[in-house]
Parts: sequence; structure tokens; C-alpha cells
Amino acid sequence: MATVEQALKIDLRGDARLRRRKLVNRLAEAIAILSAAAAVALLVWVVWAVAERGASLISWSFLTGDLPIPFSTEVGGIGPLIVGSAVLVGIATLIALPVGVLIALFLEEFAGNWLRVPIQLAIDLMVGLPSVIIAVFIFGTLVYGHAENGLAGSFGLAIVMLPLITRATQEVLRLVPREQREGALALGASRWRTVVGIILPASLGGILTGTVLAVARAVGETAPLLFATGIFGRTMQLNPNQAVPNMPVQIFNWSESPDPLDHKRAWATALVLMTLVLVMSLVARIALNWSRRNTTR
Amino acid sequence: MSSLPATSEFTGRRRVRDWIGDRLLLLLTAGASLAAVVLIGLIAYKIIRGAHLAFTSFGLSFIRSSSWDVNHKVFGALPGIYGTAVTSLIALVIATPLALAIALFLSELAPRWARVFVGSLVETLAAIPSVVLGLWGILVLGPLAANHLEPWLNRWFGWLQIFSGAPSSSGLLVAGLILAIMVLPIIASICRELFLNVPSELEEGALALGATRWEMVRGVVLSSSRPGIAAAMILGLGRALGEAIAVAQVIGAGWTIPHSLFQPGDTLASKIVEEFAGYSTFLQLSSLFYLAGILLAIGLVTNLFAQFIVRRFDVYRTESS
Repeated sequence: MATVEQALKIDLRGDARLRRRKLVNRLAEAIAILSAAAAVALLVWVVWAVAERGASLISWSFLTGDLPIPFSTEVGGIGPLIVGSAVLVGIATLIALPVGVLIALFLEEFAGNWLRVPIQLAIDLMVGLPSVIIAVFIFGTLVYGHAENGLAGSFGLAIVMLPLITRATQEVLRLVPREQREGALALGASRWRTVVGIILPASLGGILTGTVLAVARAVGETAPLLFATGIFGRTMQLNPNQAVPNMPVQIFNWSESPDPLDHKRAWATALVLMTLVLVMSLVARIALNWSRRNTTR
Repeated sequence: MSSLPATSEFTGRRRVRDWIGDRLLLLLTAGASLAAVVLIGLIAYKIIRGAHLAFTSFGLSFIRSSSWDVNHKVFGALPGIYGTAVTSLIALVIATPLALAIALFLSELAPRWARVFVGSLVETLAAIPSVVLGLWGILVLGPLAANHLEPWLNRWFGWLQIFSGAPSSSGLLVAGLILAIMVLPIIASICRELFLNVPSELEEGALALGATRWEMVRGVVLSSSRPGIAAAMILGLGRALGEAIAVAQVIGAGWTIPHSLFQPGDTLASKIVEEFAGYSTFLQLSSLFYLAGILLAIGLVTNLFAQFIVRRFDVYRTESS
């Protein structure tokens, strides 16, 4: 009896080698958990730092007022920056959304293999294109020899958004069931009627989510605006032929200033920008997860 | 369709409309796609043309020269290339192991609720605009590095030249840290997808043979996704090489090749951001275009390389399954 118990005990505890293997396993698991916790802590740290330093300036007059006069001790406002960012990103979306969707349609519905490869490659390269390269290109084509203008900035943002929208649209187009496509064609519908009547409505949600993500990305992009619409006035500017005030460039300028009040303004503007971006990307991500779950089941 | 009486005016008109609609849609989509390809070419062309003046003046020795003197009209790219390489390397060295650990947590360890929650938080990190991260970099991370991290590194590793000298709140190290934060979510989310795609039969087989979870991860998950991890790292590298704004905010500006990582420097991208708007001579502007051209070439090569690996990897996977 006693010997059996002893044998069992020894068996369960394992030899030194097994214990070491288990220890290593525990250690690896702990490192993985700690790393994930560190990433979450990092996000919380950055968000908290911005919120803590920026919140004190936020008020209705700050959100709507004109920019401060340079070197003034009055806080001023960022109304023109918010409106200007909306104008710039709005125009960029008007350019990038239709073009991006058309490219995705061509890639998924029309292109043969030999055409798909180079176009897909161009889109993939565009995703990886550093935004400062876009900025230099925009300066060389649309700004150099003219004045700074918002349209040039919007065009730069559109280059940032285009491949993102194309990729998101491609992804939803692939999810449209083959039966729907073939059903429409079998009933005698033409190609364009199938696309406009069946395929696009079915993928509308995914296209919109992709667009929201692209907007969230573009509204925080600084480089494409820096040389195109980087020097602007203190007041609201809705005319895209002029330099349009915008949040990212102003945050950049204020962050480079030695004046502590400018730093405070930068934190407060960063808080507004970050809140906008995070809300948009969270909403889009939730919608995306939700629709994925619905389509896969 | 042809069996129906097609003579009615209705079907005739509809057929014409469909013919036009089909052609129009094809034309529009093909035109947009062509425009995208042309745009990539146009970007490269414009930058090469802008760099023409500097290229004829300095030739390829521009890459080896480290001067940047507007008054004496001599320019060179070496400090920027050095800064770009060093900061990107720091970012990859810090971010890759962390990202792998996070991806393993998300794909192998985490319970369902944590998987979704932590996963979206990590992706949210990538959504923070780079100006905001740069602002945080100069005003929060920089001082912290100067007061705690750098003195500590200097005390224990000061015999290495890269950790010598006085701590500073803006420099190559801080820029590398900021880039690491930017690259981390990119590598982590690609690797998570990779690990989730590892066939569960292989994982379960390893576990059934008595492997611990870590042994299974090392032997099955990590080894089977090695090319994908490489592609993820290269895509992260591409992001780090080209980031301009946040780096310009924290790197402190200085066209030198510093011995210590604590000292300020410049990357190709940050130099463009600092000087582009305030250029004073055409040769200077053209030299900045030259820098952009070098950056574009490096960026295209890294991206193409990553695409190459991704495609080969995909082919390999579909063949084997």
C-alpha cells in the first residue's frame, strides 16, 4: 500500500527535467502576458498624458474661437483648425472614395490575372509609401510655383486614403457570395446592373467602415499638409484655394515652440484630435467585427 | 433572352443601355486603376526630376558625404542615412520581441474576452496620430529618458560608446523608442494573424506528444511562421524608415554622425521636414529632393521585399495544404 502511494507521488511530481520544462513554459507564458499588459499600459499612459495635460484648456470658447495672436498670453481658440481639418479631409474623401472603390471593383470583378498583379502591387506600394514622400511630391507638382493651397493638401491626404479604401473594399467584395453574383447574371442582368444593384449594396457597410478608418488615419496626417497648407491665418478659411488651417500642422508648430503656453495649446489640440481619431477607429472596428461575425456565420 | 421576342422596343433600349453601362463601368474602373499605377510612376518621376540639379552637382558621392553647408553649396546624405538606419534598428530590436510575445498571448494564451479586448487596444495604439505621439515624445518620454533611462544605461553600459556621454531629452535613442511604439502594433497584428493561421492539427499534435505549451509554440507556431515574421518585421521597418513628423519632433536635429545614441541627429525624413519649408537656395531644395529620392528607393526596396516574402509564403502555404 505504502509503496504504491510512494510510486504515485514520484510519478506525479515528475523528474527534474520535466520540472525544468514546466518552469520554462511558465516563464514564457508570464513574458507573453507581461508584454501584452505593457502594450496596454503604454496606450493608457499616452492617452492619459494627453487627456491630463490637455483637458484644462478645453472650453467652448477654446473649441470655437480664432487662433491666438502670435506671442500673446491669451489662450485663443482652435475653431479654424477643427473646421479646416474637416474641409481638407472632406475633399480628400470626395477624391479617394470613388476612385478607391472603382479600383477595387476593377481588381475583383474585371481584371485578368496579368492586369491584377501590377495594379495590386501599385496599391500595396502606395500603402507603404512614406507620407513625407507624398508631401515632397505634392509640393513639387501642386505648390511649387503657386501659392500654398488647401486643395494640394487634400490631394496629398487622398493619396494616403486611396489604398486603404481600395483594400477595405476588396475585402468586402470577396465576401459577397458567388451565388448572388451568378444568380443576377443568370437572370439576365448585365454586368453593370449586377455591380450597381447587387454587389455594391451588399458591400456598402464594409466600404463605409473602411472609409471611416481611412478618414481617421488622414485627419491625423501631418506631413502631406506641412508644405502644402502649412502657413495659414488666424481665422476660419473655407476656401480650399487658400492655405487652410488644420490641427496636425498647428500641433506640430506648437510642439516645436519654446513657450509653455504653446505646449498647453498643443496638448489641448492633441486631445481633440486624438479623441476624434480614437472614436472613429473604435466605432469602425466594432462595426467591422460585428459584420464579420454576421457574414461568416 | 434570345428565346424571348426581342423585337419589343423595351428590350431593345435596355440592351443598348446595358451595352453602354457595361462599357462605361469597365472604362471607369480600368481608368481609375491605370491612374493609380501612373501616380506611383509620377511620384518617382517628380522626385527624380527635383533631385536632378543636386545629382548633376554631386553625383553618387552625395551619399558618402556628410556636409550640409548652404553657404558653401556642399550637401551630403550620410548623416541622414546613418540616423535612419540607427533609429529604425533600435525600433526593430525593441519592438520585435515584444510584438511576438503580444501576438503569442493573443493567439495562444488569452481567453476569448481578453483576445478581443487586448487585440483592439493594441490596434488602437497604431491609430494614435504621429504628431500626438511626437508631442508626447518631446514633453513626456524625452525628459523621462534623460533623467532615468539614459543615466542608467550610461552607468551599466557606459563602456560601450553608444551609451557614453551626457543624457539628453532629444536624440537618436528617444527617436528609436518612439518608432518602436509605432512599429509595435504593426508587427504584433500581422504576427497574430500568422499564428492564428497555423493549422491546429499541428499544434494539437505537438501537445498530444507531451510538449509543453512553450515547446509547442517554439517548435510548431514560431518555426512554421518564420517567413511571415520576417515580412512583418520588414513592413515595420518600412514604417520606421519613413516616419518624419514624430522623429523630427524628438530627434533634436543635427547633421552629424554622433558616437552616442543620446546625442541629437537626423534621419532622411526628419531633415526634409525641418528644412523643406524654409529652403534658401535651389541647390538646397534639390538636395532635399535627393534625400527624398534615397528614402523612396530604400522604401520601395523594403516594401517590394516584404511583398515578395508575403507572396512566396502564401504560395507555399496553399501548395502544402
